[in-house]
Amino acid sequence: MDVELRDIYKTFGAVRANVGITLRVPAGTIQGILGENGAGKSTLMKILSGFMRADSGGIILDGRPVSIHSPADAIRCGVGMLHQDPLDFPPMRVIDNFILGRKGGLLPGQAEAARDFKRLAEQFGFSLNPDSYVDALTVGERQQLEILRLLWLGARALIFDEPTTGISAAQKEKLFAALRLLAEQGKTILFVSHKLEDVEGLCHRVAVLRQGYLVGEAQPPYTTKNLVEMMFGKSISAGERNPCAGGGSTLILDNLSVEDYRLKVRDVSLDVCRGEVIGLAGMEGSGQGLFLRAVSGMVRTVGGRILAGGKDLTGKSYHAFKRNGVAFLPAARLEEGLVSGLNLTEHFVLSEPPDGFFINWEQGGALARERIAGFNVKGTPASTVESLSGGNQQRALLALLRDPLALLLLEHPTRGLDIESTIYIWSKLKERCKQGTSIIFMSSDLDEILQYSDRVLVFFSGRVTPPLDASMLKTDKLGQLIGGKGWDEFTTGKSA
Amino acid sequence: MKKNIWVNLGFQAGALLVAMLVTTGILAAAGAPPFQAYWSMLKGAFGSWDSIVTILISWSPLLLTTAGVLITFSAGLWNIGVEGQMGVGAIFTTGMMLLLQDTSLPPALIIILGILAGIIGGALWAALAGALKVFGGVNEIFGGLGLNFVATALTIYLVFGPWARPGVASMSGTKPFERELWLPTLPGTSLSLWALGLSILAIAAVYLLLRGTHFGLRLKAVGKNPKAAFLLGVPTWQYSMFAFLLCGALAGLAGAIQVVGLRHNLLPNISNGYGFLGLLVAMLVNYQALWAAPVAFFFVALNTGSVQLQINYKMDSSFAGVLQSLLVLLVLLGEGARQRFLGTARKAEPSESEIRNKQVK
Repeated sequence: MDVELRDIYKTFGAVRANVGITLRVPAGTIQGILGENGAGKSTLMKILSGFMRADSGGIILDGRPVSIHSPADAIRCGVGMLHQDPLDFPPMRVIDNFILGRKGGLLPGQAEAARDFKRLAEQFGFSLNPDSYVDALTVGERQQLEILRLLWLGARALIFDEPTTGISAAQKEKLFAALRLLAEQGKTILFVSHKLEDVEGLCHRVAVLRQGYLVGEAQPPYTTKNLVEMMFGKSISAGERNPCAGGGSTLILDNLSVEDYRLKVRDVSLDVCRGEVIGLAGMEGSGQGLFLRAVSGMVRTVGGRILAGGKDLTGKSYHAFKRNGVAFLPAARLEEGLVSGLNLTEHFVLSEPPDGFFINWEQGGALARERIAGFNVKGTPASTVESLSGGNQQRALLALLRDPLALLLLEHPTRGLDIESTIYIWSKLKERCKQGTSIIFMSSDLDEILQYSDRVLVFFSGRVTPPLDASMLKTDKLGQLIGGKGWDEFTTGKSA
Repeated sequence: MKKNIWVNLGFQAGALLVAMLVTTGILAAAGAPPFQAYWSMLKGAFGSWDSIVTILISWSPLLLTTAGVLITFSAGLWNIGVEGQMGVGAIFTTGMMLLLQDTSLPPALIIILGILAGIIGGALWAALAGALKVFGGVNEIFGGLGLNFVATALTIYLVFGPWARPGVASMSGTKPFERELWLPTLPGTSLSLWALGLSILAIAAVYLLLRGTHFGLRLKAVGKNPKAAFLLGVPTWQYSMFAFLLCGALAGLAGAIQVVGLRHNLLPNISNGYGFLGLLVAMLVNYQALWAAPVAFFFVALNTGSVQLQINYKMDSSFAGVLQSLLVLLVLLGEGARQRFLGTARKAEPSESEIRNKQVK
């Protein structure tokens, strides 16, 4: 099916997610969609698959303009999407998942569906037991189930959102073979990824998005350098560094291993000295978030040791880490960091250890006023946190940190903030560094990583580079590593 | 901000008005002249010293269950099990008194020990729901509901089994305790000032706890956002358990007071719906302890007054329940409507930095 997106615009508040994107994909093509986090890939695909509606612009399928208002509309038009986290029903059987979403009478045609399922699975060489439960399947198998289901529902254009994350090499081979077969059958494949290698090896053509714009298209043979440049833009100047001041380590990681259901981060060793800033780079979900939460004590490690502030904290709870001077600031400020409905004074009282049974509100109010002034928060002690803007919420979070801190861990410290707030937040963070606090932060903004880090760890599919000196690192090199290229030089030794 | 308060009040007044209209409609449909019916309810509630005493007698257990529910609500827990916790409190009190009634201990001590046993019993029953929630992953609504049934079954078993009144086991309960084991009451009435005093003390204590203590603030933080509370250093599951224990203790006290202050024995329906009514009160006052006492008073006044409907118009006295539930539903609906049509305050006014950014551009 020919798929055409014409002049798509979509904004979320002040964020321009898609700006006049026009893309034509002829039938039988595997079209790569490349871009860093927040470039607008997912938004564009969600518009095509009916999860969101564009502010303006049109979708044309096989030359006919269509209006897609819901995923059900999309599949009726022949467009199906496989999400990064499979949208299936784990407590149900494979065959029930397969039938779900199919329009039909009161009694689904079980026997017929089972026959179709078998036939389709054989065609692609998928070995799925229709009677097993979905929660027993691997991510790869769940993808296979989803492909079969969408095809059965009549999908002629299939969108894959980061499909190679969390699946084995063998399953990836199978997936790619299936995608090629689908393309031969005349289906249209939209393959969203940040993995350069996958895109280069599979796609017939590539479109690159950056900051909401379609910045370029490419066809084989691809040059990696060209793709990276389109993805990340030209390189930027580096900021001032805090060379290691000496005075010992604040954090020692000894062969730390941590895993979740789809990623394994193995054997990371790291020695962070006082006042040092470590940046964690990588596409979202490459393992840096997991790593950061493990170092904060929120996720149990599966191997290795964590020493923070001179104490072995391996296996201890987050609160034990906190008592030893480790603090964690989450990216989701209102979801995880602050308590909606409570005001700033209440937050400052909460963040301090209780001094008796009754609250001294006068003292709490004084503390709040002092910190609000000290961190330039635009609000009053009685302001509820949800009434603050994002930048002021982040300032409030920083103001809530106790003194002194050995180690500060931050998820996306300046995501969604304006330039003024970003600069202010980092000036406050650097102040902390001067007092001896070490910082580890993750960010998808390469400028931020290169500008503020002393050393950088790059994550890709759970693999980690050794600490790289930020002053020696160039944007294109970093971009390649994030995209999974140029890792050969690290494979001789142990990673990190 | 001032404007918002008036708008809020407007929506709540609207909800009240609609509730009154609907109940008027129901009265009319039931064949009772509405305004005379309201008048007779009012007279039934406040028309005589006796009826006021009746109101005060029911006020005290309702204050206690409401106080308990306010604590669990603050911690973000839907403790549906108050009813059962009150029942188990009554069982424990009865058990302790049965155990001690023939000893030579002074009656006052037996009463005190009985009440303490009731408090512990309620707390234990709540702790069970809490443990199911915290360690077993059972939603507290289901846990509480199940435990309510178990508590009822246990009461009936005891009333008709081991603790049955000699000779005639009946729904009227176990054999009443001797007079010396009753809480002292005002002469000529069943109103115990002790019970009333304890209840008022309890609701005042909960008000202070939620407003002015570190414990209360942390409890609220856990209720509003457990993740953030955890990151700010609050041991979240411990606080959830504490909330259950405290709520159970208050419900248990309510049960104990029903036994030693009013009924003087254990009977199957000893909790008498006060647990559920407490939930309604807490929802109606939007979890603000300050309003809980007057609203609870209003609710028991409705209950007392509606008895007149039965006498004068042969309507079922459960009409009070209809009015109470309607009020809660419509006030909640009014709040929902306010949020839907007016949005939150945050969206209504742009933040300062947003304004500044616009000016820069």
